[in-house]
Amino acid sequence: MTEQPAKTARPERVQLFVTCLVDQFRPEVGESVVNVLERLGIEVDFPEGQTCCGQPAFNSGFRSEASDVARHFLDVFDATEGPIIVPSGSCGAMVRNFYGEMFEDDPAEMERVRRVSERIYEFTEFLVDVLGQDDLVSKLGPQLNDTATYHQCCHLERELGVDHQPVELLAQVEGLEMLPMYRPEVCCGFGGTFAVKFSDVSTAMLDEKLDNAAATGASMIVAGDTGCIMHMAGGLRRRGSDLQVRHIAEILDEATSPTNHATGGQA
Amino acid sequence: MIPTTDRFKKGAKETLADPVIQMSMEAVYTGFHTNRQSAAAATEAWDEQRDRGRAIKEHTIENLDYYLEMLTDKIDANGGNVFFAEDSAEATEYILNLARDRDVKTVIKSKSMVSEEMSLAHEMEAVGIEAVETDLGEYIIQLAGEAPYHIIAPAIHKSQEQVAEMFSEVTGTDPGQTPEELTTTAREMLRETFQRADMSVTGVNFAVAESGSIVLVTNEGNGRMCTSIPRVHVAVMGMEKIVPSMQDLGMMLRILIRSATGQRISSYVTMINGPRRDEEEDGPEEFHLVIVDNGRMKLLADPKLREALYCLRCGACLNACPVYRKVGGHSYGWVYPGPIGAVVSPVMSGLKQGKDLPFASSLCGACREVCPVRIDIPNMLLHLRQQVVEGPPEERSVGRIERLGWKAWRFGNMKSSRFRRGGKMANLLGRPFARKGMFRRLPPPLSGWTRSRDLPITASSPFRDRFKKRKSGGGE
Repeated sequence: MTEQPAKTARPERVQLFVTCLVDQFRPEVGESVVNVLERLGIEVDFPEGQTCCGQPAFNSGFRSEASDVARHFLDVFDATEGPIIVPSGSCGAMVRNFYGEMFEDDPAEMERVRRVSERIYEFTEFLVDVLGQDDLVSKLGPQLNDTATYHQCCHLERELGVDHQPVELLAQVEGLEMLPMYRPEVCCGFGGTFAVKFSDVSTAMLDEKLDNAAATGASMIVAGDTGCIMHMAGGLRRRGSDLQVRHIAEILDEATSPTNHATGGQA
Repeated sequence: MIPTTDRFKKGAKETLADPVIQMSMEAVYTGFHTNRQSAAAATEAWDEQRDRGRAIKEHTIENLDYYLEMLTDKIDANGGNVFFAEDSAEATEYILNLARDRDVKTVIKSKSMVSEEMSLAHEMEAVGIEAVETDLGEYIIQLAGEAPYHIIAPAIHKSQEQVAEMFSEVTGTDPGQTPEELTTTAREMLRETFQRADMSVTGVNFAVAESGSIVLVTNEGNGRMCTSIPRVHVAVMGMEKIVPSMQDLGMMLRILIRSATGQRISSYVTMINGPRRDEEEDGPEEFHLVIVDNGRMKLLADPKLREALYCLRCGACLNACPVYRKVGGHSYGWVYPGPIGAVVSPVMSGLKQGKDLPFASSLCGACREVCPVRIDIPNMLLHLRQQVVEGPPEERSVGRIERLGWKAWRFGNMKSSRFRRGGKMANLLGRPFARKGMFRRLPPPLSGWTRSRDLPITASSPFRDRFKKRKSGGGE
């Protein structure tokens, strides 16, 4: 578990690493990240060469393939400057924690890894630790009349140590009632290819998670990682449930959107 | 124990379908795990103590030969015998020969996971020596003819009713006995065996190198009975169980017991310093310590796996693990289940056969979070996954199709234009089969996903296109 040191100066421009899953499956999450950052007066660049961080292959044992894709990631982002924002704990952890593991015997690559991983911030970590705890609320006065329950995504929580930031941000949204779920820290059973290879086990874990979330009576589950979100949303859809699963960036986007404010926070 | 680590998926499926076990496994979280969390929260400087514990283990394992020698010398000086066994067969042979030589008819055992590696009770019964487990949980699974389900709670999967029924079959007691009555029944049955046993076999929680002491941590007091009554005491230990000093032992006991059960101290902590001395009334005439390798050198030799030898066998990682709580202990197919088992069982009993175990994890990290010596289990699982895919030919076992799949994945991710085209193509090809943007049924390997979850189709307009449009159009 590593935590990024807080930077003192407020950055004017950031690089967005949107992640392959958001790009291909939930582009709305990426748009929400850009919306929120721009409303906070921060310009967002999207380095076009980006693809994936390499995590799927790395987690599956295919390090040769993973390190090629990781090198591509380093090529793309080492050519840019400023903080790199990623709306995913898992992909953030890949770069910050596991690139070092993968390239430990390659000093030249380690130099790039160090440079790039120092710049990477998970979205809520950036909002709270870099911009400041009250930045969002003082500038944008987030407001949303709804109920939600927060699922603690494993890699966000236990690899990056981003535990209090999302909770604090959600608590600052006026009108948003947060309903605590039983065992919020227990994995939803996603785990990448684990969900496919060990389908029975993964499904049993998912069922427990969805039951606990549904029992809160909230209208949505909020989480910080697209893999987990796709997993829970896919399970809810199969159940025919009305419960929604949203990325925290989408909630903060809605809560700070000018049109939403005009209607007094009615989503 | 004969490994059945290749049966993981089958075992998991059976366990998931067993409502009694699923119910029993809840207690692992609501009991052990919750108690451990409270104990950790109530202990001042808990994390610093874990750091200290880790540092002690790290130092000991890095200097294992030195401390093994010190331990051996001290035990010799204390009047005990030390035997070093390369594998479980050697260890078993030594103990069986000893039993034969000393004309042993009945052996009482206290809990020992190493003796499970050896299937020792079984081996003894096979040569006509009565071997009785005296830990209540071990006693229950011995009656059931099963392997331990959990490192510290071997019979956690059995319901009260199942235990009552088993006891009733053996002793003719009422099958409707309460847990208190069942304990009394077991106590009566065991008491008689204790009194006529010639030899005891115990495990070892810690061996203190500087004094040659063997330390047993129990809650039932059976360990102390075992080491007081019979004339021969044999302790078996994995070679990693050493701590250098008594001071280190104090620290290790603090973190072990809190992590295991949430207690501040267990009911019994017994220290053995060799056989009975002339001026003493109780204790065995002979004391033997069998130090077992049985694959531990493989862990020691690999810098990425070495920290598996720091393990105190507290079981905290099992209790925290959402996979273990679903699939249970037997699915892992060898002595050690759960997260630490997914590392040590395949390495010690054969990675090719146990290749599924390192993959049977969502890498959620709950195990590392509770480990009293902060063993980085997820990272070791990742290392073993790499061994399965890229390791030496005798350990490699991954299908051609999967290899091709990752090659294709690599190709698609090395260039953003390719990546974008891949997404578009998947969208076009998938569209006729998707309903409201979701797939309900897909062919293998994705069928594993869609059996219980819908899968979204790739976006017709990925984020990168939307971003470009937004920049050229300006604003939101």
